[in-house]
Amino acid sequence: MSTVDPQDQESVGAAKEIQLRAAEWIMERREASAWTDQQQTSLDAWLAESPAHLLAYWRLNATWERTHRLAALRPGKPEQSGQTGAASSFRPVLLRITAACVILGVLAFAGARFYFRPTETTYATALGGHKTIVLADGSRIELNTDTILHVTLARNRRVIELEKGEAVFQVRHDANRPFVVLALEHRVTDLGTKFLVREEEGQLRVALIEGRASFESADPRIQQHSVTMNPGDNVVATAQTMSVTKIAPQALARDLAWRSRMLVFDETPLTDAVTEFNRYNREKLDVADSQIAALKIDGTFRVNNTRGFLDMAQHVLGLHVEQRGEKIAISR
Amino acid sequence: MADTPETIRDKADIVGAGGALNAAVLEAWFVREVLPLEAALTLFLRHHWRNKEDVSDLLQDIYLRVFQAAQKQLPDVTKLFVFATAQNLLVDRFRREKIVPIEAVSELDALQVAADEPSPDRTVIARDELRRLQAALDRLPPRSREAILLKQIEGLSRAEIAVRMGIAENTAKWYLSDGLRELANILYGDPEKLGSRA
Repeated sequence: MSTVDPQDQESVGAAKEIQLRAAEWIMERREASAWTDQQQTSLDAWLAESPAHLLAYWRLNATWERTHRLAALRPGKPEQSGQTGAASSFRPVLLRITAACVILGVLAFAGARFYFRPTETTYATALGGHKTIVLADGSRIELNTDTILHVTLARNRRVIELEKGEAVFQVRHDANRPFVVLALEHRVTDLGTKFLVREEEGQLRVALIEGRASFESADPRIQQHSVTMNPGDNVVATAQTMSVTKIAPQALARDLAWRSRMLVFDETPLTDAVTEFNRYNREKLDVADSQIAALKIDGTFRVNNTRGFLDMAQHVLGLHVEQRGEKIAISR
Repeated sequence: MADTPETIRDKADIVGAGGALNAAVLEAWFVREVLPLEAALTLFLRHHWRNKEDVSDLLQDIYLRVFQAAQKQLPDVTKLFVFATAQNLLVDRFRREKIVPIEAVSELDALQVAADEPSPDRTVIARDELRRLQAALDRLPPRSREAILLKQIEGLSRAEIAVRMGIAENTAKWYLSDGLRELANILYGDPEKLGSRA
């Protein structure tokens, strides 16, 4: 009937992105209190860019409208239970849902015509802990001290939520099943990589060890908040800021020494060294004297070797060490 | 917080020169008559196209062609038109990419698929719909499902969902939009009801 239609857009892989974008718009639109004329203009502009956008919007909108039926499942009265809010208030509803369904077995990815049930697992380390987990897809995650992360392996993506702490990710690359790490307001997507992610006190740090990754921050629509990372790239981000620097291989290796349960200091200020030790040990150290805070430390220590560190402080730096209450204070 | 009903503002007016169909009419037609074919289309595409991951792109292109034709005039029998479009698209792709098809995509084949699918019975649809919705939700990753249920059942805002789930608001945004995207694929694209054609 027709020859190649010149209006066909080259859409390799683009459909998924467009679908996600349309879904974002649908959910944005449903944030009733926040919808402005400006947003309406933006939406109209996006819809006008291509009929593919419009069709995706219609499809996602129809999907959302279908979920209106769920409102009928609103529980009659709120349930009280010891568990965290959301789960308890509709737990009985969810139990009915799962009981009504056939649970499809997990089949090998290669065959995946069927959906397998995505599973979410939480992994955590205690203070001073260190654990490596191997996911079902062969990816490895190495958790450092005091870390919590949630892993969800679904049919077409793998999502890690880093709740707190630090981890090294060694990702078994699969273009059809993106590996995404979510932390704070940001998102790191594997493009074939090995990378380090550390979250602490509202600040996120990502360093790329091998391969490539993309880092997206806060509002993904703003171009400068998205960066492709190459080995040696180091991103430090908060909710409002993002900086990209290069980190030398030796410096990165020092930062990764915890994988061998070591801390390596090289011209490291005393106060930073103490902060590091405190991440791993219940027995906390404290720099009691602001004048010595900037003293430079060199040395390699096992993560739990506070004794050795304090010995060095006393006998090499000539500092004074004493127990004060629950902490060990270091002073002149 | 109650869900805001759709307003006319939301429908971008796509009237071109010479009296193209009103967007609202097109949308209603697309949702009512084209989207229900997605499952059968998906099976059809998987059967004939080697790379299963291209299905969403092929679907998008089929919808585009169908839409562009429908803008001028709605087809008499939507089902046949959509499958004929699908068949033509595949043939074009094979030719363009110089692929040898798994088996010949004959006109008869496409029409056969279209004819096999039973016409939807409205009462059956209504009864099945809740069950189907529950089954689809059950397949979502737990976090996405939770976010969507919090929104739809408890009517929470994104900020409230984030607090309830103990996550950042942007993470909640991602769970909602990615969850919706995945839900659409399951609700429309899953060929479970059509038996073992593939």
